[in-house]
Amino acid sequence: MLKKITYTFILSFLTLNSFAQNNSGEIHGDFDLNMQSYQEDEIIGAKAADEIILNNAYLNINYTKGDFTAGLRYESYLNALMDFDDSYKGNGIPFRYASYTIDGLEVTVGNYYEQVGSGLIFRSYENKGLGADNAMDGIRLKYSPLKGIYLKSFIGKSRTYFTYSEGIIRGADAEVNLNEALNLKTKTRIIIGQGLVSRFQADINPKFKLPQNVAAYSTRLNIINGGWNYSGEYAVKLNDPVGSLTTEGNNYANGNALMSSLSYSKRGFGIVAEMHRVDHMEFRSERAQEKQYIINYIPTLTKQHTYTLLALYPSATQTEGEFGNQIDIFYKIKKGSLLGGKYGTKITFNHSNIRSLEKGVKYNTENNEVGELSGSFKNDNNDFTPQFFSKNGELYFRDINLEVYKKINKKIRATGVIAKQSYNKDVLEGKTPGTYGIVESTIAIADISYKIKKGHTVRIELQELLADGGEGSWSMGLAEYTISPHWFFAVQDMYNWGNHDVSKQLHYVNINLGYLKGANRIEIGYGKKRAGIFCVGGVCKEVPSSNGFSLAISSSF
Amino acid sequence: MKKLFLSLLVTILISTLSIAQNRTLPSVDVKTLDGGSINITALENNGQPIVISFWATWCKPCKKELNTIAEVYEDWQDETGVKLVAISIDNSRSMAKVAPYVNASDWDYEVYIDPNGDLKRAMGISTVPHTFLLNSKKEIVWQHKGYVDGDEDELLEQIKKLAH
Repeated sequence: MLKKITYTFILSFLTLNSFAQNNSGEIHGDFDLNMQSYQEDEIIGAKAADEIILNNAYLNINYTKGDFTAGLRYESYLNALMDFDDSYKGNGIPFRYASYTIDGLEVTVGNYYEQVGSGLIFRSYENKGLGADNAMDGIRLKYSPLKGIYLKSFIGKSRTYFTYSEGIIRGADAEVNLNEALNLKTKTRIIIGQGLVSRFQADINPKFKLPQNVAAYSTRLNIINGGWNYSGEYAVKLNDPVGSLTTEGNNYANGNALMSSLSYSKRGFGIVAEMHRVDHMEFRSERAQEKQYIINYIPTLTKQHTYTLLALYPSATQTEGEFGNQIDIFYKIKKGSLLGGKYGTKITFNHSNIRSLEKGVKYNTENNEVGELSGSFKNDNNDFTPQFFSKNGELYFRDINLEVYKKINKKIRATGVIAKQSYNKDVLEGKTPGTYGIVESTIAIADISYKIKKGHTVRIELQELLADGGEGSWSMGLAEYTISPHWFFAVQDMYNWGNHDVSKQLHYVNINLGYLKGANRIEIGYGKKRAGIFCVGGVCKEVPSSNGFSLAISSSF
Repeated sequence: MKKLFLSLLVTILISTLSIAQNRTLPSVDVKTLDGGSINITALENNGQPIVISFWATWCKPCKKELNTIAEVYEDWQDETGVKLVAISIDNSRSMAKVAPYVNASDWDYEVYIDPNGDLKRAMGISTVPHTFLLNSKKEIVWQHKGYVDGDEDELLEQIKKLAH
């Protein structure tokens, strides 16, 4: 069936190509290939692959002619890289679509990605490099009847690996930009939005009465005035027992989530304060499935770090219940001032604090009495509801970090970072409570680049993470030499010198060489990767350690 | 069946080569920083070159590229009339940080957000930064993946080739 559809799509491309003579449309796309060899390394615990090398690749093709567009993606996992789920297996064309727009109506059939509001009730998206893809397969309509009014509706099944969910997902969303719709010339701009998503899955469970239709809805508001910007969204999901269906495990309570942000900025200065509260708000495309079937997105309320040791212990939203807040400050000290120097200095501050929900009230249905409960609660239940605010809930994650960037002269640029992080390893990695506790780490980073001559730059990164818990302390050093616009060469070493287990005080050395030209990029590497935890879209996965050569090709046409 | 598929694919690619001489922007909506939306085909610079740079608040090389160009942007504009459009691919996790970051960084670019990657996919981008150069007819004439120190010099050379 899938194959037939694909051929029909391809044939229609060709037909369109041959019929249209002057403006015959455009075909573009991109290709990505990642190959890795796996050799055994007993010391770091890396396993050899039976296949010796594993290979992931995909090619996207999009055809566009005026308001018509169609495309497909060929994916190949022969076999999938070790840090991908092995359900990605073999070749296929799991993504194909056709779409056109006429008089403000956009019709898409086949696969599509869609998001309602911030994603609290629905997001289908892809991050190919990390193996995340929950594309929809079905129909989507978008319509704008008037300027400032945007309507959309969709129906389909959600993808996980090479299969589609049993659940049918239906959704609708309306967004109104009041200033555009009512032609208001006020300085304050207001945008409101309302979304609704519902999943149908037949109840064939002999033991439990399960809701066949599960709805989730969200309301959002965005107010902008000059440098001020407020954005908020509140979402509710109706009763939806998920996961392993057992008498003890089933939770029929409603879920909800709130996110809110306020920012102010002007030239040289910006500040953002955000909070969110999440309570039993995981939404899956199938009832009795794992986290890989999630179809909503509760954004993690912490900074997404890119320096290796800052991202060693990453946070991820606990959708069953958490309360978090975050603040970001961006400041540029002016050129010519005492601290700004000749070129100015940039300062970035970030603080986030994520806790469990706490306390709550217990309803005794027999005598309608309300009593107070103490301690931390994971989420809403049939019997109790946690408090709105959480001050003393169990700490899940905390991060305080400060980054300073300075161009010292025409040749030297430097970045310095200091950070303190607390990471609840038990909760964030799903371990038994009390196994590891909280990993407290202090991190310092220096990143200096020096321009040797036109086009030639050397960059050094030194990173240090001091910790007692977890795997103990780490050091990292990186040296990179780049020749613009074509070449880069990098060597790095991560050294786990503070591991309490002396036999695990290991070096992880990597060498990378890359060549870039226009739309093509080729990179080869050799080295050892540490086992670690990587989080994407609210799903964290443990990636095994590995040792070997890698080849990455990325191209776009 | 596989052979049929491959031959079809090759046919498509060959026909592509013959028609894809003038690559234009796809018709995709992106978000403006004041909550509105704009179709990317509506970008204008009065027949002067346009640079489109895809970036994110969490992407170090992207910020390095845009901060480096910001230091010389006025000179570039005087010299070539170029306009730079920075398109952030930050999703709802970091979208609220885009405007404060841009303002604090003192950028004079036009900035838009592509929160669920619709434009990114339509333009065949797998990683950021990714930079495109558009000529007077808004056709893509040059592109570059990644950023290392000094890449801005090559970009300027390419812009100068287009400037009258």
